[in-house]
Amino acid sequence: MIHQDSKTILEVSGLRAAVDGVEILKGVDLIVKSGEVHAIMGTNGSGKSTFAKVLAGHSAYQVTGGSVLFEGRNLFDLEPEERARAGVFLAFQYPIEIPGVSNSHFLRLAYNTLQSQRGKDELDPLEFEDFVREKMRLLEMNPNFLDRGVNEGFSGGEKKRNEILQMALLEPRLAILDETDSGLDIDALRIVTNGVNKLANKDNAIILVTHYQRMLNYIEPDYVHVMRGGRIVKTGGKELALDLETRGYDWVGVERRAPASA
Amino acid sequence: MSMSLVNSNSYLESLLQGQPRLQPSPLAWFNQLRANAVDHAGRLKLPTTRDEEWRFTDLSPLVRQSFQPARTAAALQSADVEHFSVAEAAIRLVFVDGKYMPELSTPAERLGNRGLIVTNLASAITANAEAIEPHLGQYARFEDNLFAALNTAFLHDGALVIVPRDAAIDTPVHVLLIATQPEAASHPRCLFIAEAGSEVTILEDYVSLNEAAYITNAVTEIAVGDNARISHIRVQRDGIEAFHIGNCAVSLAHASRYRSVSVALGARISRYDLNTVLDAEGAECVIDGLALIHDHQLADTHSSIDHAKPNCTSRQLHKCIADDSAHAVFNGKVMVRPDAQNTDSAQSSRNLLLNAKARIDTKPQLEIFANDVKCTHGATVGQLDSEELFYLKSRGLSGVAARNLLTYAFGAEIIDRIPIASLKYRLEQTVLEQTKKN
Ligand SMILES: Nc1ncnc2c1ncn2[C@@H]1O[C@H](COP(=O)(O)OP(=O)(O)O)[C@@H](O)[C@H]1O
Ligand SMILES: [Mg+2]
Repeated sequence: MIHQDSKTILEVSGLRAAVDGVEILKGVDLIVKSGEVHAIMGTNGSGKSTFAKVLAGHSAYQVTGGSVLFEGRNLFDLEPEERARAGVFLAFQYPIEIPGVSNSHFLRLAYNTLQSQRGKDELDPLEFEDFVREKMRLLEMNPNFLDRGVNEGFSGGEKKRNEILQMALLEPRLAILDETDSGLDIDALRIVTNGVNKLANKDNAIILVTHYQRMLNYIEPDYVHVMRGGRIVKTGGKELALDLETRGYDWVGVERRAPASA
Repeated sequence: MSMSLVNSNSYLESLLQGQPRLQPSPLAWFNQLRANAVDHAGRLKLPTTRDEEWRFTDLSPLVRQSFQPARTAAALQSADVEHFSVAEAAIRLVFVDGKYMPELSTPAERLGNRGLIVTNLASAITANAEAIEPHLGQYARFEDNLFAALNTAFLHDGALVIVPRDAAIDTPVHVLLIATQPEAASHPRCLFIAEAGSEVTILEDYVSLNEAAYITNAVTEIAVGDNARISHIRVQRDGIEAFHIGNCAVSLAHASRYRSVSVALGARISRYDLNTVLDAEGAECVIDGLALIHDHQLADTHSSIDHAKPNCTSRQLHKCIADDSAHAVFNGKVMVRPDAQNTDSAQSSRNLLLNAKARIDTKPQLEIFANDVKCTHGATVGQLDSEELFYLKSRGLSGVAARNLLTYAFGAEIIDRIPIASLKYRLEQTVLEQTKKN
């Protein structure tokens, strides 16, 4: 929700990033304020996940230009764990499995790390068990997912729910949800998006990365951006997503395509 | 001891100095066994890295150290050993520097399990000679194994477990071997016999109240009778300056099952040889191991699984985690004899290097002489997965916490297989502590 006394949470200017020397992000500009929901759409390979992982601090990506301010601080001064503690959260497009690390142990460690960072009380295993079960109810997750290894043997949809469960536990200032809708059937999509909506408030912000407008029926964006070739080439309101649904992506940003020498 | 033994090697000489003369036994076969071992020990030399079986394990620090037989054992109070106790184990045998401590032990007769013998070998050997003779010294061959020969030459005491036919012992048997004296050499000898159809869980647990150098040279023999089952947990948490040499030899009879989890955490240099012979049809063994070492520790595990008869199954998962400048060695031999058709064997060696200076040498060896078999083996040596580390850090865990958690998980896969909950918990805490670096 766009509102008057919102604060700037994220300010991305001219962000460039490369992987193995190949530039993928070629000057991304984006401003996100508290209370807002932004959707970033675009075809496969346009750089959406790269953008998300650069924000989270994945070491495979080298930032080659531009800047990112998170609540006024240079995001690139922070290690990935410091970003998480400052309130950046990425729900991964492909959450990895960590066999042998129990999900409940992992969730509690993450939760308690952030609690102590925020000067709040940590929870012991029993207290945490109650707390996490309540959050799981919100996402209609079976509690036996706590006893399994992190994402171990989870279906695609279960992994996505586990990501949003982490969001619910960590209460980030900025949540970037990378294709959280993929792998979810229609019921699961309704449950997960309902959970996300409950977590959204006037002090935090959400970036939804998706290439279908389906999810946007459930989480209403304030802005829709189209990414193409590593840049945001068009920004509009939620009606842009419907346009994209009917017309595809080919027409977007063509008129703005930069000359090869740029 | 005979002169030939003393003259053979200056190292052995030092090991033997002051060794109390062992009383001859009234059992002729027992005296003969010792005498044979003395004979072999006298001929065998201390292995060097030129010996294929000891390629990576340099024993020269052992030679630079002098050892004496343990003096009269320190009078330990139960309070001193209480933190080693395992709640589930109603039967416990405690040895301090190799000496049996009846006042710290709870042998089987106090439980009233009829026919079950759990006591120290020295006190029971004469009365149970008939049951013991077919097994003692029959599996742990010492013809080309100096340490087994020395142990047999000094054969005097250790744990004796005889589970009678068709008995299922519902409490684990805890054999607790505590080292207390610096520079002491001990040669504990254990014998575990599960008669036909019986079932038992035994924990062989080497601990220390002593951070100085000492040597434990242990031999354990295990006979699993027809349709019997033994679950054997071996934990080596010796002191950080200790030398630990362990030989374990297992013989499996028809349709029997041997399940083993061994965990090596301690000692400056440790070597564990586990030789399992699937000696009758339908036998099955599952052998898992973990070595978790750091600093300058060396942990060498050699295992051999001998499919001597058809229709047997073996499973093995061995893991090593080496940090700092530690060096872990695994050599796992699986042998399938010519008539061992329909063998089903799978072996896996998984290794984690936590430091560029650490080293892991792993060598699975498969020797197949039968044609209708299903055998797989594999080995990996790797580091922590960077995607897993990133995932954890993206949730706020520090790099150190992420690394600790993943290391712990790697080791916990083995520890989880220990069927004694309190021990499992304790070891998991130890692994957490040991992997924790701040
Ligand atoms: N780690 C990587 N290594 C090599 N190429 C990569 C890597 N990550 C992304 N790319 C490449 O960058 C481009 C953008 O990918 P990505 O950001 O995943 O797109 P999207 O999420 O929009 O589908 C693609 O061409 C992809 O192949
Ligand atoms: Mg993507």
